[in-house]
Amino acid sequence: MNETRKPRVATVSLAGCFGCHMAILDIDERLVGLMQAVEFDRSPLTDLKTFTRRCDIGIIEGGCCNEENVHVLQDFRRNCDVLIALGQCAIMGGLPAMRNAIMQSDAPLRECLEEAYITGAYIRNTTHQIPNDPALPLLLDRVYPCSEVVEIDYQIPGCAPGGDIIFETLSSILAGRFHGFSRDSFKFD
Amino acid sequence: MDVDPSSERNDSDEPTLRIAAICAAYGNDRHRMLDILRDVQEGFRWVSPRSLETVAACTGLSRVQVEGVASFYSFLSLTPKGRITIRLCDDIVDRFAGLAAVAAAFEAELGIRMGETSADGSFSLDYTPCIGMCDQAPAAMINDVVVTRLTPERAASIGSALRAGRLPLEIAVPGHAGLSPAERAAAMVENNIRHAGPVLLGPVPSDAGLRQALELTPTAIIDAIEASGLRGCGGAGFSTGRKWRAAASEPAERRFVFCNADEGEPGTFKDRVLLTERADLMIEGMTIAARAVGAREGLIYLRGEYAYLRDHLEAVLESRRAGGRLGRRIHGIEGFDFDVRLQLGAGAYVCGEEGALISSCEGLPGEPKTRPPYPVNRGYLGFPTLVNNVETFCHAARILGRGADWFRAMGTDRSHGTKLFSVSGDCLNPGVYELAYGLTLAELLTLVGGEDAAAVQVGGPSGTMVDRANFHRRLSFDDLATGGAIIVFSARRNILEIVDYYMSFFVHESCGYCTPCRVGNVFLHKAIGKFRAGLANPEDIDYLRDLSQTIIETSRCGLGMTSPNPILTTLQNFPLVYSALVKSSPDRVRASFDVQSAIEGARRIARRRSTIFDEDYT
Ligand SMILES: Cc1cc2nc3c(=O)[nH]c(=O)nc-3n(C[C@H](O)[C@H](O)[C@H](O)COP(=O)(O)O)c2cc1C
Ligand code: SF4
Ligand code: SF4
Ligand code: FES
Repeated sequence: MNETRKPRVATVSLAGCFGCHMAILDIDERLVGLMQAVEFDRSPLTDLKTFTRRCDIGIIEGGCCNEENVHVLQDFRRNCDVLIALGQCAIMGGLPAMRNAIMQSDAPLRECLEEAYITGAYIRNTTHQIPNDPALPLLLDRVYPCSEVVEIDYQIPGCAPGGDIIFETLSSILAGRFHGFSRDSFKFD
Repeated sequence: MDVDPSSERNDSDEPTLRIAAICAAYGNDRHRMLDILRDVQEGFRWVSPRSLETVAACTGLSRVQVEGVASFYSFLSLTPKGRITIRLCDDIVDRFAGLAAVAAAFEAELGIRMGETSADGSFSLDYTPCIGMCDQAPAAMINDVVVTRLTPERAASIGSALRAGRLPLEIAVPGHAGLSPAERAAAMVENNIRHAGPVLLGPVPSDAGLRQALELTPTAIIDAIEASGLRGCGGAGFSTGRKWRAAASEPAERRFVFCNADEGEPGTFKDRVLLTERADLMIEGMTIAARAVGAREGLIYLRGEYAYLRDHLEAVLESRRAGGRLGRRIHGIEGFDFDVRLQLGAGAYVCGEEGALISSCEGLPGEPKTRPPYPVNRGYLGFPTLVNNVETFCHAARILGRGADWFRAMGTDRSHGTKLFSVSGDCLNPGVYELAYGLTLAELLTLVGGEDAAAVQVGGPSGTMVDRANFHRRLSFDDLATGGAIIVFSARRNILEIVDYYMSFFVHESCGYCTPCRVGNVFLHKAIGKFRAGLANPEDIDYLRDLSQTIIETSRCGLGMTSPNPILTTLQNFPLVYSALVKSSPDRVRASFDVQSAIEGARRIARRRSTIFDEDYT
């Protein structure tokens, strides 16, 4: 390995709201230093849609709600040494996983789609159809946290995680000295 | 809505009056809710919405409170059950003894599947956890009657006799009419006493202990119990003398002595044998305890599965009352009054936990209570309540009769006296053995004809699964503790199948109060399924350990604190079983996630195939 090469980082937003990517920007001026220390590969920040090379770190926002999420996540696993789940959606399924609560139904997925596109009180859908373009990825039976689909190395909790925690965690993982969060890093009220 | 005056009369007034009469028989006392609902269930085969309302009105509770109790117990049903309800024990011991074929024979004969009720309301078929007949598995309850050693042929003939209208008791005990309640119980279920020790199962003189106790002050009785070193036989092994002293020293107007005959730990059936053979001794022990702590009221909490022993126990209580050995002025002593009531449970393992047992007797859902306060300080209705196991009371009576030193000399340094072991599973002589504490597991296995054992579950699911390399360990509170259950497994048995069953048992029996116990055990059970399916990663072993630790540390009662034991003790003693099944995936993509089944529903809704995951997609 070339001693001077910068660590390569890839990021992706799966079933998330892009809030976690926004939160990466919350590390503010420290971003400049980070950009000099690493090289971004596949990421919405670079607009690269495929891996150009194997990466050291992959950062995942969002869980898996459809087949494309699964495909991309598996691709990340196969192309990154270390995978970080960033934010509650990636860790637990988060907000999209609310649909997992439709349990007392024989056909929960159908019920979910019908409420979203046809029967819901605030729906304006003049076609009265569930969208079914062949380009649309098929939904999964429920929303899965990333760790159920691939092995995840680190999790950074929060919705969205704060800029400081993202920066500190990334820096210490890059420096190879991350040993978990201290007890008082997180306070929930 | 169509209102037909005649059906209105039949459907509403008559049942309502009958239910009101049931409540009145218990003084409309909400604390007797379990008795009331048991009677409603027995009379109507279910607790209907209307019954809930009537019972609520009679006892001054809200409907929701009554429903909370009715929905808690598995023998109470909110949907109609058959007039004959057959409950097959589906413990792992019964499964290994041929349960599946027996269940199939019942299904074929009665024309319904397990879990169903026949359309005309004659029969229901259900599974239930261990009913305490493990030494004669497979076993089942038919209403309150127990049938054992079932085979598919026997099941078919029982089914056809029932269909022909014969009563369960007639089928189980032909010629029962001429028998006393004790004879009937003994004819229905074998005792299988394989080894009688000096304390409990050998010859026992009547009331020798009680007579001796009457010569002593209450404090001296407690001193004797404490000096004997007796420890509770219900599982936890707490010093009985210290418990009695605590109950005696709490200032109070009323005190209670409760006998725990709930015996729900799978594989335990020694109390069944004592209740059948030594009921007199047990009540004698309770009477001595009452004398020692100053209680006038007592209660025996008998698990619903042992309802077949009810008449027998009532008869023993009655004969003691008639002989001046229970009731007012016991043995003629002015001011020594003590009487005992029999309380039946309704199919809930957790009700064996002493706080839950008290909740159940108070007419509440059988949920454990937060400790402290301990029952000896504030128990039944807020009064000091001494709860001891059946066997503990029997020992106490014998200790008073023969002296503390006699008892203390048996056993080991810190576990004195003898213990009843109920042995079942893969051995030649399943049954009950009374032996001094301190023998090795290997010695016990020789006695029971189980030398080929590959694994032994000591103490039931909440205890320890022991491997051959540890058969030298001793049965005592310092080494291998047990409330009495010893389940022997031969090398033919699949360890993870056993663990899987035990976890499903805890999932079923958790009262649901603590999230780690209610949810955590479901996760543990699922994780074991993953191992069995060959989909586990090496890191799933850490997951099992971490989650187990969380459940143990954050649960309120002993159920949650011990429920991960089937996993933890097999991880410890059978590590190869787990490591042989884990596979690390080279690309770190999880094999346990099955994308095909995850998209199957969407594929059907969209009526198209996957562009990504259907390889033949064109
Ligand atoms: C889930 C659970 C179930 C229990 N079941 C029983 C039981 O069936 N019989 C019993 O005597 N003790 C049972 N116990 C133990 C009781 O809580 C209590 O410790 C015991 O009745 C005290 O009597 P002892 O000191 O004579 O053993 C159970 C405990 C737990 C946590
Ligand atoms: S964790 Fe919160 S901020 Fe991040 S993607 Fe999910 S909803 Fe958005
Ligand atoms: S540990 Fe389990 S059984 Fe015990 S109180 Fe909590 S939820 Fe109920
Ligand atoms: S009665 Fe079936 S195992 Fe105990």
